Amino acid sequence: MNHIISGAMLPDGTITDLFVADGVLVDEAPSGAQTIDAQGLVVLPGLVDMHTHLREPGREDAETVESGTLAAARGGFTAVCAMANTQPVTDTAEKAEHILDLGEQAGHAQVVPIGAISEGLKGERLAELALMHRSRANVRMFSDDGMCLMDAQLMRRALEWVKPFGGLIAQHSQDSQLAGPGACCHESEISGRLGLGGWPPVAEAVIVARDVMLAEATGSRVHVCHISTAEGVDVVRWAKRRGIQVTAEVTPHHLLLGTELLEGYDTTFKVNPPLRTSEHREAIREALIDGTIDVVGTDHAPHAPQDKDHAFVDARPGMLGLEQALAVVMEVAGEELGWGGIADRMSVAPARIAGIAGQGRPLAPGEPANLVLVDPSARAVVDKRESASLSRNNPYDGLDLPDPVRLTMYRGRITHQR
Amino acid sequence: MKHLTSINDLSRDDALSILEMAREMHDVQRRPVKKLPALRGRTVVNLFFEDSTRTRSSFEIAAKWLSADAINVSAKGSSVSKGESLRDTVRTLDSMGIDAIVMRHPGSGAAQQVRGWVDASVVNAGDGTHEHPTQALLDAYTMGIDVEGKVVSITGDLAHSRVVRSNVLLLQKLGARVVLVAPHTLLPAGVDAWPAEVTTDFDAVLPDVDVCMMLRVQRERMAGGYFPSEREYTALYGLTARRLAKLKPTAVIAHPGPMNRGLEISSAAADDHRSIVLDQVSGGVAVRMSVLYHLLAGNE
Amino acid sequence: MNAEEVSLALTRMAHELVERNRGRDFLLVGIVTRGVPLARRLGAQLGIESHALDITLYRDDLREHPTRRGSRSELPQRIDDKVVVLVDDVLYSGRTVNAALTALADLGRPRRIELVALVDRGHREFPIQADVVGRRIPTAKDERIIVRLAETDGEDAVLIESETR
Repeated sequence: MNHIISGAMLPDGTITDLFVADGVLVDEAPSGAQTIDAQGLVVLPGLVDMHTHLREPGREDAETVESGTLAAARGGFTAVCAMANTQPVTDTAEKAEHILDLGEQAGHAQVVPIGAISEGLKGERLAELALMHRSRANVRMFSDDGMCLMDAQLMRRALEWVKPFGGLIAQHSQDSQLAGPGACCHESEISGRLGLGGWPPVAEAVIVARDVMLAEATGSRVHVCHISTAEGVDVVRWAKRRGIQVTAEVTPHHLLLGTELLEGYDTTFKVNPPLRTSEHREAIREALIDGTIDVVGTDHAPHAPQDKDHAFVDARPGMLGLEQALAVVMEVAGEELGWGGIADRMSVAPARIAGIAGQGRPLAPGEPANLVLVDPSARAVVDKRESASLSRNNPYDGLDLPDPVRLTMYRGRITHQR
Repeated sequence: MKHLTSINDLSRDDALSILEMAREMHDVQRRPVKKLPALRGRTVVNLFFEDSTRTRSSFEIAAKWLSADAINVSAKGSSVSKGESLRDTVRTLDSMGIDAIVMRHPGSGAAQQVRGWVDASVVNAGDGTHEHPTQALLDAYTMGIDVEGKVVSITGDLAHSRVVRSNVLLLQKLGARVVLVAPHTLLPAGVDAWPAEVTTDFDAVLPDVDVCMMLRVQRERMAGGYFPSEREYTALYGLTARRLAKLKPTAVIAHPGPMNRGLEISSAAADDHRSIVLDQVSGGVAVRMSVLYHLLAGNE
Repeated sequence: MNAEEVSLALTRMAHELVERNRGRDFLLVGIVTRGVPLARRLGAQLGIESHALDITLYRDDLREHPTRRGSRSELPQRIDDKVVVLVDDVLYSGRTVNAALTALADLGRPRRIELVALVDRGHREFPIQADVVGRRIPTAKDERIIVRLAETDGEDAVLIESETR
């Protein structure tokens, strides 16, 4: 199907018609095209999520590649990077290719497998990083997300090993002694009062500091997943000024939601790293705006009820994010970032950092037709039941937020429209 | 009043009402026929995810002396590993038509979560490092209920104590002045915002206190680096014979137990004539009878 | 009944009690709330101590009524082998007295229990009768008997109120 998208506004403010033929943007109206009226809508390059948990293989009751990528399409994403902490862990070329194939079969968005840094996420020995890279999956990004790679020597080796092919090591920055298994609440008056294990900001900052020094020492690239603290941001800012190849990511939930939501022990709000105070939220918001933080990554983490309906400390951490990510970014930093800034943090920069060809590209003839049409003014109250995800751990349920995504197009096909 | 999961569930009047009725219940405990018919036909389930013979048996006796049926369910071992969620566990019990769940759980907030899942009344018999409201009521009862203006010091592992959180909330409601004493490593995060004074200097507060409450310090904390050795902990924060001499003659010594004699409390202090440690045990049934009565005797 | 009639009734009741017991000792036990001042007045006339029994925890209607905090019973250490005279203001269904009997049974084994009521208004639901009554007042079920006493209400009076007024 060919398309004419008429009257859409580009991120730079110009209003234009876009022509789509055979999955590619072209410079004149194709024959037999269906016209999409985009008057009053903004067109952005399809969003790219560097941080998605699709749960398949292993926990198909919580999410599948099919359901997760449908949720992605509803959120305006045309590419998602699938985290490696599935069952089994994505730590070999074959497993990475399997995920790639599942994504192609589903067809709702490009699924980019992330490889584990260490075998089985155990933090003991390196996974077959280069073989994963050389496979059909062409893995460029590696992460033990969910676990921090605590062994500094192993971290150094990983950085060295991926350097020849420009691989990226993405770290879940959490010192496992300063923030151990029981740490589930931002360390503050609230954690003390609620009797929940404190997760101090310094547990993030010390790992970020160590890793940027290792990145500098090895000349390799490191990426900080879900940065959540003012201290962590300060270290990244310092490292960037020093010329270290570091990039950082922030989640929508850390931008919008605060630790006070834990008062009722609702495990929907249990996430790792934990929701923090307004000072930290303000610091990461500023850092996203000034570019210290490069990208928004959702850390979309679906969980089945039986994994959440426990005492707070026993419940799995994580919350949904794909469907409301753009809404949250518009809400907290839309004005400051502008459409160009949003396109950069949510599409251009993640595609560049993760090395995903054909995503985050300019909306120009010859480029793949990966795009999203955005209503800049619509709002709606989030209803967690209305979701393509198989899970319902949506922290935004009941909040009045922007309701921007009108149409998502992936390789010229409409993957979501309403 | 339907639930008691935190001292915050109680107004000052509620708390006083519970404490005063506990006196009456205590009278009942001393007579030959100890049973009252007040909760006949009610069913109370003691759901304990952690061992606690003392708390569980005092709730069980309390329910039985009020003529309720008391059933003990030991749910020890992680339900997570058994594949059953906490929600399923309590909803299964609730659907049997019980009237109250008395719950002990190693996870903070568990009792509060359960309130939202069941129709029965929920009594928190200790949740992780959060609260233990009936212990605080028992402590206040043992202090004589009228603690207005009294200085109460609480010394020990405050970071990991559920007793201290409930005690601070209740003692504040009752008008006492609370002084928290612990090394920085054993103080809860954000303790400065609590309605209490905080100090690391035990010796400085001793001459002023009316109630000197000592909390258990687990020896395993040494492994976590919370304190270097028993000797050093005792030297700084133990209620030793030397510190005992600094207490006012009218001061009383409390410890919610179980005691580590020789660590946080010396035998001289535990057995001193000013010690109310054993009274803290004997009032336990009466206070829990009063709590169950307040939650269950009213209209549905 | 006005204050004078209440006073006369109590005097007569005190005499009847002495007659019944032929000078032998008995315990005067008022049922909380208004039985307590009545027992105290009877005791004053007879020159003996009076006691109080709170039956809140023994009521069979606890579920229907909001929780009330019972005041404390004040009874001698032992009631075994004693004659106990229960005193209440109004005898109606008999449920209060039934609860009081259960409560006394839990406290010991009295030799005999007698019952004194200022007013008997009929409509018994239990096989319970008073041994000494101040006045029998036949009432309809929808009427209310209101006993006011100086100690609790500032004046002595017994009034009948009709619900359907």
